[in-house]
Amino acid sequence: MSEQEYVPKSKAGKWFNDRLPLLSLASHLTDYPTPKNLNYWWTFGGILTFCLLTQIITGIVLAMHYVAHADLAFASVEHIMRDVNYGWLIRYIHSNGASMFFLAVYIHIFRSLFYGSYKSPREIIWILGLMIYLLMMAAAFMGYVLPWGQMSFWGATVITNLFSAIPLIGDSITTWLWGAYSVDNPTLTRFFSLHYLIPFLILGLVVLHIWALHVPGNNNPVGIDIKKPSKDTVPFHPYITIKDAFALLLFMIIFAGFVFFAPNVLGHSDNYIQANPMVTPAHIVPEWYLLPFYAILRSVPDKLGGVILMFGAIFILFVLPWLDTSKVRSAVFRPIYRQFFWILVIDVLVLGYVGAMPAEGIYLVLARVGTIYYFLHFIVILPVVGYLEKTEPVPLSISDPVLSGSADYSMAKKDNEKI
Amino acid sequence: MKKFKLLFCILLSLTIFNTLKSAEQIDPIKVDWSFKGLLGKFDRASLQRGYQVYNEVCASCHSMQYLSYRNLGEPGGPEFSEEEVKAIAAGFEVTDGPDAQGEMFTRPGRPSDKFVSPYPNVNAAAAANGGAYPPDMSVLVKARKGGANYIYSVLVGYEDPPPGVTLDEGVYYNKYMIGNKIKMPNNLSDGLVEYADGTEATVDQMAKDVTTFLSWAAEPELESRHKTGVKVILYLVLLSILVFLSMKKIWSRVNPEI
Repeated sequence: MSEQEYVPKSKAGKWFNDRLPLLSLASHLTDYPTPKNLNYWWTFGGILTFCLLTQIITGIVLAMHYVAHADLAFASVEHIMRDVNYGWLIRYIHSNGASMFFLAVYIHIFRSLFYGSYKSPREIIWILGLMIYLLMMAAAFMGYVLPWGQMSFWGATVITNLFSAIPLIGDSITTWLWGAYSVDNPTLTRFFSLHYLIPFLILGLVVLHIWALHVPGNNNPVGIDIKKPSKDTVPFHPYITIKDAFALLLFMIIFAGFVFFAPNVLGHSDNYIQANPMVTPAHIVPEWYLLPFYAILRSVPDKLGGVILMFGAIFILFVLPWLDTSKVRSAVFRPIYRQFFWILVIDVLVLGYVGAMPAEGIYLVLARVGTIYYFLHFIVILPVVGYLEKTEPVPLSISDPVLSGSADYSMAKKDNEKI
Repeated sequence: MKKFKLLFCILLSLTIFNTLKSAEQIDPIKVDWSFKGLLGKFDRASLQRGYQVYNEVCASCHSMQYLSYRNLGEPGGPEFSEEEVKAIAAGFEVTDGPDAQGEMFTRPGRPSDKFVSPYPNVNAAAAANGGAYPPDMSVLVKARKGGANYIYSVLVGYEDPPPGVTLDEGVYYNKYMIGNKIKMPNNLSDGLVEYADGTEATVDQMAKDVTTFLSWAAEPELESRHKTGVKVILYLVLLSILVFLSMKKIWSRVNPEI
């Protein structure tokens, strides 16, 4: 990242900038050299920032009207829906916003997996991203508890009970988490407090995530380093900002489609029944974005084993940069890995599907096969393929990927042209 | 490859939808409701008739605690006139207080009051109905898989039990109810209510009207949501066209043959 020292033009600007270099930062952000061959899969970083801010803003407004009390929470949500001006809009943006946030983050993560964005020198960006993802799941789970419907209550019961699988101290930990001897009012109030806190922790991590990104700079579809900044890159503004804005608008159209025309399709109808500790729903299912992990949890007959595998499924991603042995980043030039990438995508989709189904018969078999394959992919396939795979010729630079005979050159070119 | 990716996006969304649709009872009857679809609106006359059915039939057991009488006159709902709403509200005895002496008292209802519940609490409601609590109807349509179709189907789904099925006292057979057993008797019969607008009060008509009313009660914002949604999406589409053209122009400065 070679850039010239920024000097403000005005005297006042220079005075201020010498004391707090905010103007230098702004200049860095606008001039930030970005690979010019980024495709639309790279627009999800901006989309995710939008999602986070949307959740924070709508959440702050909702918290002004919501009452965190076991007897009043459900009624206060109906109050928001009926009596608060545009309360229905704010709540539907917030509840669907969580789903859109996860949709975007999954695309963002799989983009990283496809183009090898997690590899050296971007391991810290990847790990910070995973921490954000973990916090997102915690925030989403606690947020789902707040309306105090049936799925809120029973989802909270199932998830908090997972901690009781820890040997010796498990039961004490669960009671400590609940603040009571079952999921009850103290659980609701602490979940509300944490649900309000976590987004700001995420915001802090997002700043670090972007900071870490700005050290090596963006990866790109061909996965090679920038050779000639003047030829290979464009300044972030206006080139990337306008492209991100366009992608964001398309994303917002889908988002608005859900909010205005199918606001409850991603939720569970049972959550419009007030929580009742005496009545257990027929099937307790988490929100769609947690289903693959739920499938992994239930695929193991032993509770502790299930919990370990479920958390393992996330934590294995933390060591992914060191499990992948390939020197080539982008799957565009990795014919074998490319196949396994798509198999992993299908595997996760299958796990998500069986996560919503009862854990019996064919679904249980599928969940077990899917779980085994998931771990196999990271522990065996990735390291082995990295060694054995014969990768295709990688272009010399972004701006001149001239290597005749390369089967994927046309594709790399197509990616460029799409800009 | 691009098509392949697209295919996966579609597959992903289909998977999401299918997982949420897992069914375990027979599918409810599909009714062509006027409030479905992008520009769906409630049938005003049906809403008013539906309120009549609710009030005369359902309300003796089912509460609707999150609605206020004023809602009946608001745009997008049954849109009773101000006088009608006042008259409806005044027909209910509302417990208020405590007064200056510390006593609770009753007074005629006002439009700002919440719907008066038939029972003082859930336990009383359950005790009076053979142990089964008649669910509050404010969000019932949203709280049942299948929504309006399901509610309508249950209302018209009463049948004699098939041979081999024995029912306890106070339990009825219903084709569409989960588990087929329901504690609510078949309360609708032809001509049960007398509609002010002269519509013939068949079971099917009453079931449709009251389901329409319950759908509005669960989503009183539906009409304004649909209207706003169309405007928002049109705006976003226009804006994205403009931004797309700007993007083309800006990117044309970069050497096109990368």
